[in-house]
Amino acid sequence: MSAGNTLTAVSAVMRRELASYFATPLAVVFLIVFLLTSGAFTFYLGGFFDRGQSDLYAFFQWHPWLYIVLVPALSMRLWAEEARAGTIELLLTLPIGIGAAVVGKFLAAWLFIGLALVLTLPIWATVAYLGDPDHGTILAGYIGSFAMAGGYLALCGFLSALTRNQVIAFVAGVSAAFVITVSGAPVVLNFFSGWAGSAVTGFIAQMSFLTHFGEVMRGAIEFRAAIYFLSFILLFLFATRIAVERQRS
Amino acid sequence: MIEIDSLTKDFGGFRAVDGLSLTVPRGEVLGFLGPNGAGKSTTMKMVTGFLRPTSGSAAVCGYDIQQDRLAAQRCIGYLPEGAPAWPEMTVEAMLRFAGTARGMEKSTLGNALGQAMDRTELAAVAHQPIETLSKGFRRRVGLALALLHNPDVLILDEPTDGLDPNQKHGVRRLIADIAADKAIVVSTHILEEVEAVCTRAVIIDQGRLIADGTPSELEARDPLHGAVRLTVDPGERGSVIDAISAAIPDAFIDPEGTGALIIRPGAHSASDVAAALDKANIRTGGFTVLSGRLDAVFRTITQTEDRQ
Repeated sequence: MSAGNTLTAVSAVMRRELASYFATPLAVVFLIVFLLTSGAFTFYLGGFFDRGQSDLYAFFQWHPWLYIVLVPALSMRLWAEEARAGTIELLLTLPIGIGAAVVGKFLAAWLFIGLALVLTLPIWATVAYLGDPDHGTILAGYIGSFAMAGGYLALCGFLSALTRNQVIAFVAGVSAAFVITVSGAPVVLNFFSGWAGSAVTGFIAQMSFLTHFGEVMRGAIEFRAAIYFLSFILLFLFATRIAVERQRS
Repeated sequence: MIEIDSLTKDFGGFRAVDGLSLTVPRGEVLGFLGPNGAGKSTTMKMVTGFLRPTSGSAAVCGYDIQQDRLAAQRCIGYLPEGAPAWPEMTVEAMLRFAGTARGMEKSTLGNALGQAMDRTELAAVAHQPIETLSKGFRRRVGLALALLHNPDVLILDEPTDGLDPNQKHGVRRLIADIAADKAIVVSTHILEEVEAVCTRAVIIDQGRLIADGTPSELEARDPLHGAVRLTVDPGERGSVIDAISAAIPDAFIDPEGTGALIIRPGAHSASDVAAALDKANIRTGGFTVLSGRLDAVFRTITQTEDRQ
């Protein structure tokens, strides 16, 4: 298959998937919940005004926790529903590679989260109006949050390809997302640092989304974090491809 | 166009398809028959590249479905079992997606879309989400999807399931219309469908091919093929039986209810039966030569298999 054909296939799958979000209330419900919860967390729990600082730390710090619940809600149907409804047979008997289908579906969901992030831009305007924020840091925060969302999405999409039951895909997704998030939290690291060596503790911390996203929130675009999230995405897209391939046997 | 060579599929310990070999040339409409669970759908899923065979191979348009999956799939139109569809999509959006994924250009796609919807009479519901459609419409959406790119090979898993008699007739006529330059495989439970559209029929049971021939060759395997059905007055019954037994000693005569007799003339033919009646100067109300029934053949051979 030529590169052009692959691109056409990826984009066809992606557009079909995106259109299906907007054909159901899913898209609107997701966007509203994302905007409301991210706003509520920022202003009430994050103390956006009380901090008295013109940055978006109060906004971004909640993103991992939002994604833990919202990303599995978006990704649970990605493959499980196709397997249950039998449409996977339609998809895989079209002349498109399995890899193209995996990437197309992933990109659709990722772009959709990107749209949700774009809709939060008024909060950037708010800090810009109230103070003089470091726009580089905020931009890095957005890019980092988007990359992190891709990581959660690739992980949860993979889990969705392992089952034909959306509820199982959701519960497994939330659990896995939680584990990959908190493996960098002090409570987990303290638990390990007591008996495991510093190398092990360091490795666990390195695997954590919190660790990498924390780096992003503190400063400019962290190259290391970008590489981390990107490899994480590629790894799980590859795993998804294997999981989908498994359904053909 | 389709070459299947010792195709085998195991699910765990269960062998669904067992060394099936079959060739379907251009111009042939093959009826794919068998009881439920015989392996029809599994075979179709393998030939279309969805399932991977445990062993054996299949090639479509000269492309091996394992080595050259996408090339083979480009020349296949496939209606999967149960006609799955994305419920939230409209009919047109779904067809458009399939066309785009197949790499069709915008203008080609527009024409193909119109033609496929015309042939399957879907134009009226083009903008309706598929979940709002009746079962018959959904089946036709699946059919339109298979026809969209005017493929050389059509593989249709129960294309008339859930359709009303008029729609069934429409689909059969459609298949007959496009059959000349394609290889078409149709799986079905409806045996009259085989007589209506198929140039050849195979019966599979427990994953193996157990009969292969034209519909009339298969019908000839019915013990009743060539038998005569006579309508007789109850009063004349005895003399009719005597006359035929005298002329054709090896005839089997079975009563069918009270008003008719079924005569299997053995080595003789139906005209010998007629001659015997003539000779005895018996007038009967009705004289029909039976051609044999596909469903009787189907039942006989698939049930024998069960007992083995």
